[in-house]
Amino acid sequence: MRKRVAIKDHQQEIQLINRRCISTLVIMVILVLLLIARLVWLQLINHNHFTTLSQKNWLDLVPLEPTRGLIYDRNGLLLAENIPVYSLDIIPNKISNMPKTLADIARIVPLSDDDIAQFHRELKQHRRFDEVTLKLRLSEEEVARFSENQYRLPGVRVKAHLIRHYPFVNSLSHVLGYVGRINIDELKEIDTTNYSASNYIGKLGIEKFYEDELHGTVGYEQAENDASGQALRVLNQIKPVPGKNLYLTLDTKLQAEVEKALAGHRGAVVAIQPATGQILAMVSEPSYDPNLFVAGINNKDFQALQESPDRPLYNRALRGLYPYGSTIKPFIAVGGLDLGVITPNYAISDPGWYKLPTSSHIFHDHKRGGHGTVNLFRAVIVSCDTYFFDLAHRLGIQRLDNVLQKFGFGQLTGVDLDEELPGVLASPAWKRKVKGVSWYEGDTLNSGIGQGFMQVTALQLATGVAIIANHGKRFIPHLLLAEQTPGQSLEMQASTQHDPVKLDNPANWNIVINAMVGVIMAPGGTGYHFGKALYSVAAKTGTAQNHSIKVYNSNIDHEDQSALPEKLRDNSLFIAFAPVDKPKIAIAVIVENDLGAPQIARQILDYYLLGPPLVLPIAPANNTKVQGTAAHVIH
Amino acid sequence: MSFTSALKNRLTKPESAGSGYHSFWQYIHIDVPLLTSIILLITAGLIILYSASSQNLALVEQQVLHIGLGLVVMLVFAQIHPSTWQRWALWIYLLGIVLLITVLATGHIGKGAERWLNLGFMRFQPSEMMKLALPMFLAWHYHRIHLPLSASAILFSIIIIFIPVLLTAKQPDLSTALLLIIAGGSVLLLAGLSWYLIGTLITMGALCAPLVWYILRDYQRQRVLTFLNPERDPLGAGYHIIQSKIAIGSGGLFGKGWLNGTQSHLQFLPEHTTDFIFAVCGEEFGLAGNLIVICIFMAIIGRGLYITMHAQDTFNRLLAGSLTLTFFVSFFVNMGMVTGILPVAGLPLPLISYGGSSMMTLMATFGILMSIQTHRKLLTT
Repeated sequence: MRKRVAIKDHQQEIQLINRRCISTLVIMVILVLLLIARLVWLQLINHNHFTTLSQKNWLDLVPLEPTRGLIYDRNGLLLAENIPVYSLDIIPNKISNMPKTLADIARIVPLSDDDIAQFHRELKQHRRFDEVTLKLRLSEEEVARFSENQYRLPGVRVKAHLIRHYPFVNSLSHVLGYVGRINIDELKEIDTTNYSASNYIGKLGIEKFYEDELHGTVGYEQAENDASGQALRVLNQIKPVPGKNLYLTLDTKLQAEVEKALAGHRGAVVAIQPATGQILAMVSEPSYDPNLFVAGINNKDFQALQESPDRPLYNRALRGLYPYGSTIKPFIAVGGLDLGVITPNYAISDPGWYKLPTSSHIFHDHKRGGHGTVNLFRAVIVSCDTYFFDLAHRLGIQRLDNVLQKFGFGQLTGVDLDEELPGVLASPAWKRKVKGVSWYEGDTLNSGIGQGFMQVTALQLATGVAIIANHGKRFIPHLLLAEQTPGQSLEMQASTQHDPVKLDNPANWNIVINAMVGVIMAPGGTGYHFGKALYSVAAKTGTAQNHSIKVYNSNIDHEDQSALPEKLRDNSLFIAFAPVDKPKIAIAVIVENDLGAPQIARQILDYYLLGPPLVLPIAPANNTKVQGTAAHVIH
Repeated sequence: MSFTSALKNRLTKPESAGSGYHSFWQYIHIDVPLLTSIILLITAGLIILYSASSQNLALVEQQVLHIGLGLVVMLVFAQIHPSTWQRWALWIYLLGIVLLITVLATGHIGKGAERWLNLGFMRFQPSEMMKLALPMFLAWHYHRIHLPLSASAILFSIIIIFIPVLLTAKQPDLSTALLLIIAGGSVLLLAGLSWYLIGTLITMGALCAPLVWYILRDYQRQRVLTFLNPERDPLGAGYHIIQSKIAIGSGGLFGKGWLNGTQSHLQFLPEHTTDFIFAVCGEEFGLAGNLIVICIFMAIIGRGLYITMHAQDTFNRLLAGSLTLTFFVSFFVNMGMVTGILPVAGLPLPLISYGGSSMMTLMATFGILMSIQTHRKLLTT
């Protein structure tokens, strides 16, 4: 009975289960079709997209840093090179216990607090699998000691880099500048692709101005990476193009001699080859070691440099703004003659002071009692202030400024450095704008003797005197002599000529030049400190009061400078070119708070035109103090 | 020698029904279409594994050992008459529950290893055993009562299913718990649980989802969130699925070629020898390779359903059907996960992923299917 029922159920159950089997099969087939649709979507429709993603995963383009171009002087002496250094790098994601690892490393390689602090700062800015430098410039001994212990320190390694090095240390820092780590502001300016492998960029000087030439073009390496970012092998490589080598117009030996002459002073010297505008020497003293900045200067060193009263970081040759003092006189003389305001024989009687017809104010000459009767020659030779008060008054500020402007004053010289300042060419408009007050005729008189508001740089003075030496031909002063793509020959850089200073009567040049020769040679010439040389020299001295002493014609006796605190003493200036008939060098010397400019100029010109006083190897960064020219042995 | 000659004798014996060829396999209770599909799949699996393991021959040898053992297990299970299972179904189920409780208890003492029972010579996973015991028990139960199911029978079944499911979920082994629900649920489905009720249960399940959220552990919540949006955490939880999609998608129609998959060889694809091995297949053999693998899987399903529909009685039908459906779910969930249409569930790809314990259970499953197919009395109806 029961069995029969079961059999009946059995038939029903078979049908039920079989129906369900068919239903589930249908469901399963639908699901599998969905899965296949998904596969088609992934593998056919979006195949290209995923292929790109997959390649991005494992193909890494590793940028390769180009080697920075080298910098040479005109004689082929290496001024900026790339030297290999060893750094200790850490890959953070391979370190489980950072403090312990650092402590372990410190036992092998000494680490300063600065190193560790810097490391922790950088650690925050890098991805976990990027290596971070812990210590730069390991000594060979440290490298050896680390290598012995490397097996104990996974994730730490020594890596060789090329780093910029300036073998002449302090000697050329104000010209060459230096490179340093790229900062956030610079990052916005540069082509980030080309700098993707670069850590350094020119910060100042030649390194900055010729950054594009020196840097080169980034290369690439296509590397196969695993998921942890470890490169497995290199598939393809595009070599980086190294930067161009630069040859500068500088003569390092002359530069060293200038530094020797200027040592112990604060001041600037610029020497130019008049026929080309090439800068032979450009010195700002004191100076600093640019190598400190390459690796990142530590706070202590930087503060010491910044707080030094001598301001070694201050580029006096390009940015030092000084009153012209009497060095302005030859330029005004040229203008006066050419405009017909004076003639060579026009003479005045100098009582030792000058008074404007409209004013009761008395303008004193630097010589009490005056120079007697002075014509233009005499006025330049003895640097007669009264004569130039009169000349300035008769020219008027407008014409005076026009003359100075033709010589490039009050404007950038266009030298191939970024730091240059234009100086001040004072005018009524300038005074109203900057000082907010109107121009007085007394300002014109002060301008005529290079005091008052007029300010100039050493580079401008050297450029100006080179124009006189050239009889009006004006070259843009420059430092780049030649470029060289590595492996190719030098490409010489042509000098660029500026609009010349044209005189109606070119004979006026010689009138002024003869007067400048007289500065050295004539009796009573202010250049008597320069002494007699074996070559002909045209020069002009200058003594300028510091800004701190407001009124020029106060009764301070110029012979009694030693009574003043050093920083309040007069600056001395000296401009010259030699030889007179065929000028090879034009020079401007500015010495702060000291009267030694003529002697310094003599030492430099002797060296350049006569050869070294003693045959000694030129040592870079020679800080021997040389006093005066008495020690010179003239060949 | 004597064994083979005995077999030959056996083949020529007139008492075996059908052709000689058929009767040999019949005699050792092996279903040839099922075995062929399994061998094809295992071979494909070894080829993929060799590449996925970066040509680690030791790992492949270990897998071959698993397969060898598995085939022995299959052969042994194939010899056991389905009526034996039918007799012991209740006791096997109860033993499974006891072992699951034991595992939980010892796991609490041993801290952590809550899935395994160490038998000294081998480690044993009671939840794997439960994958077979649960459908057996339900099939046995439904065989005894009238179909279609009454409400009380359904309620009883749900309790029977959820005891081992909860014990397994507590381990916690959610993916196995899911497969247990499938294993038990599929018996219910085949036994004619009304579609209306299935719809209600699914709706209720969906409504309960917020409640489940509270039960889930943090890593499981992460999985769900990451499934909904893998880009949410591209280097963390979403990394697996993103890299897996890249592997499959970059394979294209014919793949990058054997041993040439960059995603797996350069370690971008995680767990490429176990849960994500299907992505390796997709990367190196492309859509074509994937379709072949899916076809073999479906061949096994087809044969499983054939066996189900031709089985002797209700018990055999329900058991065979449930084992087949569970097998389908286990490979479909894995493929769905690897292709990003289902959440990352931590299920291996059956017969292909590297691993021993799931291989044993699978081979036992196929053994039972073969036993059902080869032990049936040839009815004239």
